[in-house]
Amino acid sequence: MSLVQDSGPRRPFILRHPSVLLFLGALAAFTIVVTILSEAAGLGLVSTSFVKTLGKTLCLCLVAVAMDVLWGYCGILSLGHMAFFGIGGYAIGMWLMYARTEAIVADNLAAAPIPPTPQEISDAIGSQIFGVVGSSEFPLIWSFADSLFLQLLAVIVVPGLLALVFGWLAFRGRVTGVYLSILTQAMTLALALYLFQNDSGLRGNNGLSGLQNIPGWEDWPQSVVSLVFFWASALALALGYVLCAWIVSGKLGSVIRGIRDDEARVRFLGYHVESYKLFIFVLTAVIAGIAGALYYPQAGIINPAEIAPIASIYLAVWVAIGGRGRLYGAVIGAAFVSLLSSWFTGGGAPPINLGFYTIQWTDWWLVLLGLSFVLVTLFAPKGLGGLVDLWTERRRTADRVGDYGPDKGAWRREEGEE
Amino acid sequence: MSTLLELSGVSVSFDGFRAINNLSFQIGEPEMRAIIGPNGAGKTTFMDIITGKTRPDAGSVLWGEKSVSLLRKSESAIAREGIGRKFQKPTVFEAQTVRENLAMALKNPRGPFDVLMHRKTPEGAARIEALAEEIGLTGQLGRIAGELSHGQKQWLEIGMLLAQAPRLLLVDEPAAGMTPAEREHTTDLLKRAAETRAVVVVEHDMEFVRRLECKVTVLHEGSVLAEGSLDHVTKNKDVIDVYLGR
Ligand SMILES: Nc1ncnc2c1ncn2[C@@H]1O[C@H](COP(=O)(O)OP(=O)(O)OP(=O)(O)O)[C@@H](O)[C@H]1O
Ligand SMILES: [Mg+2]
Repeated sequence: MSLVQDSGPRRPFILRHPSVLLFLGALAAFTIVVTILSEAAGLGLVSTSFVKTLGKTLCLCLVAVAMDVLWGYCGILSLGHMAFFGIGGYAIGMWLMYARTEAIVADNLAAAPIPPTPQEISDAIGSQIFGVVGSSEFPLIWSFADSLFLQLLAVIVVPGLLALVFGWLAFRGRVTGVYLSILTQAMTLALALYLFQNDSGLRGNNGLSGLQNIPGWEDWPQSVVSLVFFWASALALALGYVLCAWIVSGKLGSVIRGIRDDEARVRFLGYHVESYKLFIFVLTAVIAGIAGALYYPQAGIINPAEIAPIASIYLAVWVAIGGRGRLYGAVIGAAFVSLLSSWFTGGGAPPINLGFYTIQWTDWWLVLLGLSFVLVTLFAPKGLGGLVDLWTERRRTADRVGDYGPDKGAWRREEGEE
Repeated sequence: MSTLLELSGVSVSFDGFRAINNLSFQIGEPEMRAIIGPNGAGKTTFMDIITGKTRPDAGSVLWGEKSVSLLRKSESAIAREGIGRKFQKPTVFEAQTVRENLAMALKNPRGPFDVLMHRKTPEGAARIEALAEEIGLTGQLGRIAGELSHGQKQWLEIGMLLAQAPRLLLVDEPAAGMTPAEREHTTDLLKRAAETRAVVVVEHDMEFVRRLECKVTVLHEGSVLAEGSLDHVTKNKDVIDVYLGR
C-alpha cells in the first residue's frame, strides 16, 4: 500500500487517507440529520436534551481520539487525562458564571436609586457566586474571569502547562508502564481532592453551575443554544480528528509507534524519546481541555467529582473497547459505551427479573462494563473497530497464494499487522 | 587514521560481578575491528557502555577529534554524535513496514518538530531504494518487517545502521541465523562500510572474522586478552587456553 505513495505529485493528506474522508463524511451526515430532526429546526423528533447528550458525546469522542494517540499509538496509558478535560470545563465555566452573574447583578442594581460603584458590583457578584462556600471575596484564581478571551486561553494553556510540568518530571525520570498510570491517577485524584475544598476558590463540591446559560445569548432558546454547541462539538471533533490523523500517519506517527513497541531502540536511533512523549502528552492534554470546554456548557454543571480518578479510567475503557491504535475505533468506543452507559444508568434499560433476584441496571451496569472490558482485552484486542477489518478484508483480494513469508512459518500478514 | 574512540580503564560491575574489568580500547577512522571472546566475555556490555545504555563505574570514554566524554550523554545524544548500533537479537520495528523502518533511521533532524514537519523527499526515497538494494530487500519495502525471515531482519537492521550514516558502527553478531551466501554478502557490506567509517564487529564465527581481514581484539572476563591479526591472536597461548578451556 505504501509502495505507491512516493511516486507522482503529492495528493492532499485527506485524499491519501480514505478513512479520514469517510469519517468526516459520516460526521457531517450525522450532524445534518440531527439538526433537521431537532426542535430548533422544527421537526422536534430529537429533543433538546438529547441534542445536548449527543453534543456531549461528540466531546467525549474528541478526548477519546486524543487518548488513542497517547495510548494506542505512543503506548502511554495515562489514567489522568480527564483531569485536563475538567480543567478545560472549569476554565470556560468561570467566565460563563461570572459574566452571567454580572448581568443579573447589573439588572438588580440598576433599579437602585443611587448608581452602584464598581466595588459594589464586584461585591455583589462575589457574594452571589461564593455565597455557597460562605465567602464573597474573589479568589486570586478568578482574576481573569471577566475576560472571555483570557479564559479561553486558559482552556489551552492551563492543561498544557500542567501536562508539561507533570510529563517533564515523569518522563525525565523514565517512569513508564503501570507506574506512570498510577502516577497519573494520583495527579487527577490530587486535583479532585483539592477542588473539593471550599477554599480552593472554585466553590468546592458545589462546582460551577448554570453553565448552559450563555451570556449574551439570553434571547436564544435552549433548543438553539444546544444546536450551536452540537455543531461546535462536531467541528472540534472533525478538526481534532484530522489533526491527530495527520500526526499519526506521518513520520512522527512512525516514531511514536516505535516508542510504543521498543523505546530503547528508538533512543539508539538518536531520537530523544522523552521529548516525543512530552509532546504527545501535552498535545493530547490540550485537546482534552478543549473538549472539556465544549462539554460542560452542554452539561450545565461541573464539579470536582467529574475529575475523580474513575473518569479517566472510563476514558481508557472506551478506547480499549473501541479498539486501540485506530482513531475511528476510539470514536466508536466512546460514543457506543457512553451512550449505552447513559441508557443503562438513566433507567432506560428494563430491569431483568430472575425470580430470586431482579437485576437493576443502575447497579449492574458497571459490572457489565467491567466484564466487557476484560473480555474485549482478552479475546478481541482490536475492539469494536476490529469489526471494520472483517468488512475491508473481505473486499481485499488475496495478494498471494500459499505461504506469505519468505519461508514456511514466517509471519502472515494478519500477524504482521497486529 | 586518527583515533575516533578511546576507552581507558573502564570497569563495570553488576551486583558485585565484574563484567568489564579495567578495559582499554582504541579505534581509528576509518578502521575495521573484530571483537571475539567466549560467551559472557563482556562484548555486548562493551557496546552498552559506548552507546550509553550502561554507565561504567570507572574509566573514561572519549569520542572524536575534540575528545569529548560520552559518559554524561544520553543514549539518543550519543547516537546523534554518530554512533550506530546493531543489536545481537535483531530489533526492528516489527509492526511497521521495511520502508518506515529505514525512513526512521535515515539521517535527518531528530527533534519532534522537525519530524512532525518532515516531508518525504525524492532524495530520501532514492536513498531508501539504494539501501534496500544494498541489503537485498528491493521490492520488499512495503512489507511489514515482522513478516521478514530472521536473516532479512538482520539485514534490515544493518540497513537501518547504514541509513543513520554513523561514523562508528557497532555490530553485534550480524551473521547469526544467516546462510553462508548471506554471510558473505554481509562481510562485503561491512567491509565497504569500513572504507570510510569505523566498524566494530562482534562475532563468534571464526570464518566470518577471517573474511573481514582486520585487526582482532580478544575479550575475556571483561578485559583485553590479546590484540592483533587473527593469525597472531589465535597463536597466543592465553587465547588458546580460553577457547579450548570452554
Ligand atoms: N544488566 C546486567 N545485569 C547483570 N549482569 C549482566 C548484565 N548485562 C550483562 N551481564 C553479565 O555480564 C557478563 C557479560 O555479558 P555480555 O552480554 O556482555 O557477554 P557477551 O560477551 O556479549 O556474551 P555472548 O557471546 O553470549 O553474547 C555476563 O556474565 C552477563 O551475565
Ligand atoms: Mg553478547
